[in-house]
Formats: sequence, structure tokens, C-alpha cells
Amino acid sequence: MSDKGIGASSKRREDVRFLSGNGKYTDDINVRGQKYVHFLRSDVAHGKINGIDTGEAASMPGVAGIFTGADFAEVGGLPCGWQVTDRFGEAMKEPAHPVLAQGKVRHVGDPIAAVVADSLEQARDAAEAIDVDMEELPAVMDMKSAVAGGTLVHDELETNLCYDWGFVEENKDAVDEAIKNAHHVTTLELVNNRLVPNAMEPRVAIGDYDASNDESTLYTTSQNPHVIRLLMGAFVLQIPEHKLRVVAPDVGGGFGSKIFHYAEEAFCTLAARKLKVPVKWTASRSEAFISDAHGRDHVTKIELALDEKGMFQAVRTDTYANMGAYLSTFSTSVPTWLHGTLMAGNYKTPLIYVNVKAVFTNTVPVDAYRGAGRPEATFQLERVIDKAARELGMDPIEIRRKNFIQKEEFPYATPVALEYDTGDYVATMDKLQEIADLDGFEARASESRQKGLLRGLGINCYIEACGIAPSNLVGMLGARAGLYESATVRVNATGSITVMTGCHSHGQSHETTFPQVIADMIGISEDQVHIQHGDTSNTPMGMGTYGSRSIAVGGAAMVRATEKIIAKAKKIAAHLMEASAEDIELKDGSFSVVGTDKSVGWGDVCLTAYVPHNYPLDQLEPGLEETAFYDPANFTYPAGAYACEVEVDPETGKVDICSFAATDDFGNVINPMVVDGQVHGGIAQGVGQALREHAVYNEDGQLVSGTFMDYSMPRADDLPSFVVDHSCQTPCTHNPLGVKGCGEAGAIGSPPAVVNAVLDALNKGGYNVSHIDMPLSPSRVWSAING
Amino acid sequence: MYDFALQRPQSLNEAIEALSVEGAQALAGGQTMIPTLKNRLASPDVLVSIGGISELQGVSETDGTVSIKAGTTHGVVAATVESYPALASLAGNIGDPAVRNRGTIGGSLANNDPSACYPAAALASNASITTNKRTISASDFFMGLFETSLDEGELITQVDFPVPDAANYQKFDQPASRFALVGVFVAKYGNDVRVAVTGASEDGVFRWSEAESALAGNFSSSAIDGLEVDPESMIEDIHGSRSYRANLVKVMTKRAVAAC
Repeated sequence: MSDKGIGASSKRREDVRFLSGNGKYTDDINVRGQKYVHFLRSDVAHGKINGIDTGEAASMPGVAGIFTGADFAEVGGLPCGWQVTDRFGEAMKEPAHPVLAQGKVRHVGDPIAAVVADSLEQARDAAEAIDVDMEELPAVMDMKSAVAGGTLVHDELETNLCYDWGFVEENKDAVDEAIKNAHHVTTLELVNNRLVPNAMEPRVAIGDYDASNDESTLYTTSQNPHVIRLLMGAFVLQIPEHKLRVVAPDVGGGFGSKIFHYAEEAFCTLAARKLKVPVKWTASRSEAFISDAHGRDHVTKIELALDEKGMFQAVRTDTYANMGAYLSTFSTSVPTWLHGTLMAGNYKTPLIYVNVKAVFTNTVPVDAYRGAGRPEATFQLERVIDKAARELGMDPIEIRRKNFIQKEEFPYATPVALEYDTGDYVATMDKLQEIADLDGFEARASESRQKGLLRGLGINCYIEACGIAPSNLVGMLGARAGLYESATVRVNATGSITVMTGCHSHGQSHETTFPQVIADMIGISEDQVHIQHGDTSNTPMGMGTYGSRSIAVGGAAMVRATEKIIAKAKKIAAHLMEASAEDIELKDGSFSVVGTDKSVGWGDVCLTAYVPHNYPLDQLEPGLEETAFYDPANFTYPAGAYACEVEVDPETGKVDICSFAATDDFGNVINPMVVDGQVHGGIAQGVGQALREHAVYNEDGQLVSGTFMDYSMPRADDLPSFVVDHSCQTPCTHNPLGVKGCGEAGAIGSPPAVVNAVLDALNKGGYNVSHIDMPLSPSRVWSAING
Repeated sequence: MYDFALQRPQSLNEAIEALSVEGAQALAGGQTMIPTLKNRLASPDVLVSIGGISELQGVSETDGTVSIKAGTTHGVVAATVESYPALASLAGNIGDPAVRNRGTIGGSLANNDPSACYPAAALASNASITTNKRTISASDFFMGLFETSLDEGELITQVDFPVPDAANYQKFDQPASRFALVGVFVAKYGNDVRVAVTGASEDGVFRWSEAESALAGNFSSSAIDGLEVDPESMIEDIHGSRSYRANLVKVMTKRAVAAC
């Protein structure tokens, strides 16, 4: 392992400011003269607004303006970024998504009005004085009955079904036939529980308007400021890009929830223009629960057909996917292209058919959350495999091994449209069995029994499609955006480098890892490289950070730009040494003429570029700055195998995680320490989903688990020290760094391991329980044990 | 929060005086009060902070009694009480360090949250709760959810716990809040055994008299085996059904006895 550059565990340079309290988050920004906004949000799930009286509120102290839906009737609604086409060739149903409610509210938290005042408390006081004449309507909550008919979330759509998607539709009959004739079919019905993202930093938006130049600035907690500028500027407020700047400074975690364009961003930008004062909104935690897009929320039936040897013959899966009340930015792609395409997993199942019905309900919109579709695919597949193994009396590792795609079979085309470029699932499973000490399980189980506890072991594999994504492909699939990434590499006159990237770092450590790549390519020290991101005014157009794409796509763009830099620098060096550029070699920050002792340093070449006294000006521009856009040729396919050991207390149903081991193949690894951290965080979130987290709505559409008093987040003392390994590396074949991405793996791979472990413990303990829906809270486990 | 006036009396008498005004509300450690205010669920005109009153601070242990002044924080109780380890341990497992460094025993008892820990200790120990007016036996103090026998403007000043021969508190955490989903405090005084249960009942903290009788004759966890808790009056919510809580009452009681 190297001590610098690619492969080094360089310490996170951003931690110096984060850990010393010097991070600059959006809420740390205060614009002179700013006023504060408070949103009056619906406290009912579904209702018709017969009137809004703002008269008394408008006259209250400090109030600068009150806005209702009427003030936004002329601007566009929040756009959905992905159009899904249904089984019958029809476009999905796409309802309006207003900034402020237009005549109807559709979920608890839906913004009805907004008050802008001198202080936040004044804004809240005034909001309480707004009189809303609301006619409450029945709440549409259960997806299956919502599809069957009854009350409509959007009257104009005449249905609550957004789309009925089939994939691959041409395979449907063959899959049905294979399942009908199979030796054995294992069926599992399950719920993938709805989650609240709960980034540590709640969302914030500040709109600022410079009337003298007609320029708007939005400071916002975003994972992708360029995307927000495009969506909000072009589709909502009609502000051209050169008059709109979007800044996402330090962001305290996103996990997907800060990808999307939210109403509050458009509101603050427009209110600042109308009032000609800066307008600031900071979400409270309670507000975050009912306004940040939620994650998951699938109800699924999966069937796995096997032959007498346990070979997978076919998979058929039917899912109801909750869209919530409106289509959030990428909501429609999550249960389809990020979910259905992953149903082959790590296995050679020849026939697969996926049906997804996306449904509107009176709940907060649901969109991508760490893993986005891939955790839902992995969970159902790895759970049904475990159930099949138990039904057939097979070992859960052996049944997986015998169905693995083998190393020599790559590139491997799955029946669900993906082509995996590379992988070695046998090697990752071998490594897992080693690091998890699976041979010692029986001895540990015996110790647990002496304490009156049931010990279980859960195993699963996962694959994900990351490095999102080839633009031409996703365009065919309905994406309304390209998914390339960009980088400008600016070499300064004395040789230091500033990289401007379209990616955004909100926990991913770009400021540390991106310099490692450039330092490696040029042979300078990492501290000579600075990463700039998050401001549309000084970074090239890029699509941002999600889908484990930053290093695989953004890093690749940076490599391409750096290659251009090196090519030009070689020409300058050739001129200085009176040699041919083809004969110049760059090593350890020094250019030399091959076969001679002539050399010139990196710094001298850079200075020459900017002080071009002795310079081939007739052939070469001065300066040293290059931009590259990189559009990937394929997804990347990180894969791995996870093992979880639990102890279950049969008297209380409490589950303790004793150990968790993860082997991941991320291809090449830039910074092993950072990758460890990403996996740790992902596993913590996956364990949270498996055991604790649950956004629970009652039948009236009230979010019952709407605070941390009832929404259970995983804490450090709930988790063991993880054992993680990423030494099994099959480098990606189509990007210049051979990297695959690591941000989501832990959250994708861990929930089935935990659930499989609990069920293993119960069954080994003599309790015949085939499934428990997440979260496996003590009461649910106890109820399963006690019938 | 809504606007309010803040008063910081330096003596008990000043505090009582301040609280006699209409619309005045006492503020002890604020671990319930402050979130309530921030959510605009309370609107006192005057908040009377009693945190600065030195005569409400401190722990003393004499002749088989632990006396805790009402303004003493959980953290101090956890760190200083020596003769009643089950009580110190209970205090040391309330909330997190921030809560323990602010929250007070008087505030907790006066609030009588049905999932709080201290009411179980007070009831199982038959603690004496002294106010500026009188002394109330714990058996007469807790009147149901968030209800106590305190009058308007009456302040708890001190709580006296008789030290038992043996005691243990078993708390099963509600997964999110880490309040007691069910907490059982068992205290043994000679042949007299008291079992107080928090977190479980819709009527707040209660004594499980069947368990007390069974344990008086046979102080071992097996004495509980044949008993059942009636689920009827148990709390039911997303963290557990009535039956589940009834089961936890039994399991936690057995574990508390076994740990005594």
C-alpha cells in the first residue's frame, strides 16, 4: 500500500475545518438585511382549501410579505426528471407539483402559505394568524386499495396509479411458464419500510436578489447545485442560467435527500425577487420529517423458481412503490431502472420479470435514498434465496455459490438489460468466510445459548449499478438529463492546482481523494491540489453527487482534463529542452527527455506557461487550464458478500448485532481509509433500516413517528466494530481509474444480512418463523416468536 | 417559542412568590419544558427558573435514608449516591449525558411522565416527597399520566428514599427515545417487597401487587413464573402492543429480582 497518491490512506483534509467548528454550512451564511420565512404547512393529509385569509397576519409586527398558492399560480411546478413509460407504451401520469398548494393539500407538511418577516418568531406568530378554510378529505394511504379506486390524490389524473411498469415485458410469458413448471417455487411477501433520511444538517435555503443586475443567488443544501439551477431556472422560475447562481457550500450529509429540487428553494428565490430582500429558511427537524423526500416504501411479492439441484430458474416480482403525494425529482426512476435492472443480483437466473406499480398516496413524496432501488432489489432477492435454502434444506452459502456468475463469464449480460463488466463473486465469498470466522460460529452459538440467547448468522450478496450513468442510455430510458460529469483543472503559475468539479462533497471526502489522483498522475504532493465545488459560478456544469458516481464519473472527468494538461505541459517542456514532445516523459513532477539527462521541473513548466517569454506562441496558447466532460460507457458494478451475527433475546425479542463483516469489490481504491468510512456509514444506515427506522403513518395520514422520540435512529452503541475488507478488486474495465464507487454499498448490502441472521437465530432456536418485516423491533420479533 | 418573562429567584421563598402569579410556570432542568416551549405547546407568561437556588441542591445520606434536594441533577445523583446503588444506577441511565447534566429529580417527579424512570424508584421505595407545604408519600403522589397531587404553585423541595435491603431497576428501552418502554423497580425491605412499574400502563407508574405478594413469601424470580399481567390497561403504540408490554413487565420483574 502506498503512502501517498492513489492507494494511500491520506487523512481527510476537510476534517480540519469540520472538527474545529469552522465548516461553513448554508445556515452559517447570513446575507445583510435578510428576512426569515416560515411555511404554514398542512396538518391534514388531504384537504380542499376553500379559502385563505391572510388579513390579520399581514398586519402583524415585522411581516414583510405573505404568499399563498395564488402568488405562484403563474410559475411552473417542480419538475420530475425521469419519465417512465408503462407496460402498454403509455407515459406515466405526471401531476402538477406546485410550490405552494393550489386549492388542495395532499400530505401532512404540504406548504399552504409562507410568511416572510424580520424574525423567525414573528413569521411563526403571523403564520398562526392565517385562517385557512380547509375541507378535510379522506386520506389515501394503502397502495393496493388506492389503485383499486376510491378517493383520488390528484382528481385530474382520474387514477392513483402513476404507472404500471413491466420489465422485461417480452420475458413475461416465459417467466410465468417457468414458474408454473418449476420443481420448487419459493414465495415471499415483504415490505421495504419507509425511511426518513435524517441528514445531520436539515435543509436550508437563502434567496438573494441583486436588482441592479437582475441576478438571483440561491444558497442551498444541495448535492447538485447545477441541477438545481437548471431545474429551478428553466422549469419553475424562468430565470436564465447567467442570471442565476446556485451555491451549495459545506453540506452536512445528503444520502439522496438533497438531490431533489424542493419547493422551499424556489420559494426563497422568488420571494427575494418580489420583496427585494434576502429571504432565509432553515428547516426545523420536525419540518424535515414532513418535507424531505422519504425513502423506500415498497410492498413486494417475489417468487423464485428452482430446479432440484437448487439452480435458479426464474424470478418474478411484483411491487407496489409509493410515490407519495407528488413526483419528486427522480422518484419515478428509483423503483424502475434503479431496481428492476438489479434483479439478477450476482446470479445466473435466466428468466426474470419485474412488475412495478407506482402509486400516489397522501404521504410525503418518496425518492432516492442511499442505494435508491438497489437496496429494495437486493433485499427481496437475498431474502427469498435464504427462504428457498431453508425450504430445500440447503446451506445459504452453497445455494448462492452454485448460482454465482463465474469470473470467466464476464462481461455478463443479464436478462434485465445490464452488462456486468467484471467481478469475482467466488473470491469475495471466500474472503468473507475468512474474515467473518464462520468456522467459529457453532462455538459462539453455544456460548449464547448458555446466556439464554439465540445466535444466528445471516449471509447475503449484493450487486449494484453505480457510476451513474451513460447519458444516451438513460435518455432512452426516460431521463430528462444527461449524467456526465465535468472538471476544470487550473494549473496556477507556480504549479499548484485548483480543480473545479461538478461533483459535490457532503461527506464523501472529495477534497482529500481527488488530489490523491492528480498528485499520482503528475508526481506532485497532494497538498499542491485544491478542490473547488458547490458553486455554479465557478465550476463547470456537472450533475452532482449521488449513485456512487463521484470518483467513477467525476474522477474520470478530472483524469481526462489532467491528461490534457500533461499533454500540453509536455509540449512546453519539449520547447524548453529543445526536444520533441513525443520524447518527453513526466515522472515525479519532473519532465525529462527520454534517453538523456535533460530535465525540467513541473513548476518551471507551469511558470513558463504563464510567463511565456521563451515559449512557442505561434503553436501553443499560453496558460495551463483544461476542462473535460466525461460520459461513462456503462454503469460500474460494485459487488460484495456480507455476514452478520446476532443474538436474539427470546423473552423480549431484542436483537443485538454481535458482529458484522463486509467484503466489497470496489475495483481500484483511491483511499482505503475513506472507503472504510463509507462502508461503515452505509452499514450503520442499513442496520438502522433493518432493526430500527420506520416512518409510520396512521390511517388518517399523520406521521406517527415524526420525531426522534419515535423514529429510532441507529446510535454508535447499537453497533459492533465492523470488519470490512476491499482487497478483492476486479477493476472497472471502462473508466480510466478502474474504480466502481463505494458510497451506497453498505446500505444496500446490510439489511438482508441482518434479517437473515435474525431468522436464522429463531429457526435454529426452534421457532418456525419464515419472515418478519423490517424494522425488526423487539416487539415485532417477540410477536413473531409468540405467534 | 412564544415570548415570556424569565425570573431567576435565588431562594425558595422568592420562587414560591414568583410562582404565585397567574401564568407563572416553574422551570427546573427544562428537559421536557424547553422542547414543549420550542414546539409552542405551552405559553407561560412567566418562567421561573429554579436552577439557581442553592437550597434545592445536593444529596445527603444518613441512617438508612438518601435525601435528594429537588434541584439535583440525575448526573449528580448517579455520581454521589453510595448507599442506594439501584437508585444511582437508575439516575445514571436516564437519557444521555446532556439530559443527565440538566434534568432534575424534582422536575421528573413533578412531570410524572408515564415512561420516566424516577417515579418507579420513588414508588417502589415509598419515598417521601417534601414540598414547600407538606410531605407526601409516594403512594399518594402519582395520580396518572402527567398528574400528581401537587397543587398549583407547590414546589417539590426534597425527596427522601429509605434505603432497602436489596433493590434493582430493570429498564427496557423504547428503541427511539430510550425512555422506559417498560421499567420495573423492585425494592425489598425486610419481608416487605415493593414492585413499581413505569412505561407500561395507561395510568402511569403503578405497583404490581400480585408480584409483591408472591415475592414477600418467596423472593426469587421463580415466584413470578405463575403470574400474568393483565394487558387491558397497558399502553399500546408503534413500539409495542399491550400484550408485549404485559410480557415485558413480567420479564423485567424477574430480571430485577434475580439481580437483587
